[in-house]
Amino acid sequence: MALYSEKVMDHFRNPRNVGQIDDADGVGEVGNAKCGDIMRMYLKVDENQVITDVKFNTFGCGSAIATSSMATELIKGKTIQEALELSNKAVVEALDGLPVHKLHCSVLAEQAVRAAVKDYYDRHGIAYDPEDFREMDEDELHEHVGH
Amino acid sequence: MFVYADNAATTSVSKTALDAMLPYLTENYGNPSSLYSFGQKAAEALQEARETVAACLNADPREIYFTSGGSEADNQAIVSAARLGARKGKKHLISTKFEHHAVLHTLNKLEKEGFEVTLLDVHEDGVVRLEDLEAAIREDTALVTIMFANNEIGTVQPIAQIGALCREKKIPFHCDAVQAAGHMAIDVKAMNIDMLSISGHKFHAPKGVGALYARKGTVLTNIIEGGAQERGKRAGTENVAGIVAMAAALKESCEHMEENAAKIIPMRDKLFAELSKIPHSKINGSLEKHVPGTVNMCFEGIEGESLLLMLDDAGICASSGSACTSGSLDPSHVLLSIGLPHEVAHGSLRLSIGEYNTMEEIDHIIETVPKVVSYLRAMSPVWDELEKGQRPHLI
Repeated sequence: MALYSEKVMDHFRNPRNVGQIDDADGVGEVGNAKCGDIMRMYLKVDENQVITDVKFNTFGCGSAIATSSMATELIKGKTIQEALELSNKAVVEALDGLPVHKLHCSVLAEQAVRAAVKDYYDRHGIAYDPEDFREMDEDELHEHVGH
Repeated sequence: MFVYADNAATTSVSKTALDAMLPYLTENYGNPSSLYSFGQKAAEALQEARETVAACLNADPREIYFTSGGSEADNQAIVSAARLGARKGKKHLISTKFEHHAVLHTLNKLEKEGFEVTLLDVHEDGVVRLEDLEAAIREDTALVTIMFANNEIGTVQPIAQIGALCREKKIPFHCDAVQAAGHMAIDVKAMNIDMLSISGHKFHAPKGVGALYARKGTVLTNIIEGGAQERGKRAGTENVAGIVAMAAALKESCEHMEENAAKIIPMRDKLFAELSKIPHSKINGSLEKHVPGTVNMCFEGIEGESLLLMLDDAGICASSGSACTSGSLDPSHVLLSIGLPHEVAHGSLRLSIGEYNTMEEIDHIIETVPKVVSYLRAMSPVWDELEKGQRPHLI
């Protein structure tokens, strides 16, 4: 059996929405280099709070790149509210599953989206509950996925 | 093009080894413990294999114990020395920070049983210092276990000097020679080695067979209890075909050692020379004291697993010490032991070349790796920060 599903390999080999957005409305970065994965997500948001463009940069393993790519696909064209509802589970399902020891990558992808939205809120003076945007440290990330 | 560049992980079975073993799977399948001549034919083959392996290591055939592989040999050697030491009130064990897990995990287990373990530093060049060992030796030291050559970075340890020091101090010395056997000359007598582990599949024998050399007079503790095979020290019907293959493969490797090295070293050196041209790359471990085939390098700003997956797509089999390839949070303990920061160790690549590789294959690697590194760097936020000066280059 291959390590990754066909979908994961497709998103790894042909990642969607790679790059940066110079005039982004929100940028979020999660993870750290010491632990071997960092995701940075850029959002372009219109006046109706619709995400019109999204790009990512990722340092990490195959599943880190694939989950970033899938997360961008899942939120592109959606509203900010919908993006906040994106769960790591949805990312995993859309990728036809991930190995157990790679599930934290999907949490990181979810966290990257949230961090970018928080930055968008901050830049635009939109009020929010800080508890909704608490960052997980790496240990919590791994605990969150039960490994 | 398919390029197998992971010979430190395992090797293909040579034709010599395969031809030698096949009759013991088909017509001569007898049990060497059986009395009748059909079984005794297998016993003879076993004896011949024992003589061959012994000759390759300059040991006596009675000092060779066949095992399931290097890990079992390591386990048995360490546990044996620890049990013997404990009986004499000696419960201190010395090893290095970058041993194989077969050694480190066995030491951990003994530590939990009350042994004290000292792991020697291997410095930035990946080589143990004799003075460090000398300083670590105590009255109650029961064993020194140090690998011949490191499996990840390929650095070779001063085994003869370590052996001489241990002999002088009357401390048993075990050497995990899994990466060296068949590739470097081993003389257990001249090097004063008391116990030594080898694994067949690292030198073109099948997987699942290895040997422990234990100098005459060494007291061995069984890891596997049962029948009286291997002079009562390792129970279980012998893997006759595997053992015959291992002996044939070791003999062939030892007979062609210089010739193979002369073929492998230029390929390895070309890899080092060309891949070092990648900016912010680093060669890991001393090049002076090195097994012929192992190349270990780090590329800043990328992660090893994605590098391996892309190389796989280009037909290249390699390995990495990144955390993601090990399934743990930390990158390889070997790379950390030579002082690499975590973020650099994550971007490591090991290519291990054998005599079956060709210069065309090396050229394919040299053509592919820089492209993959550039591609991954282009999407890496770490590389972006390094390039913009927001993060200091570490290599």
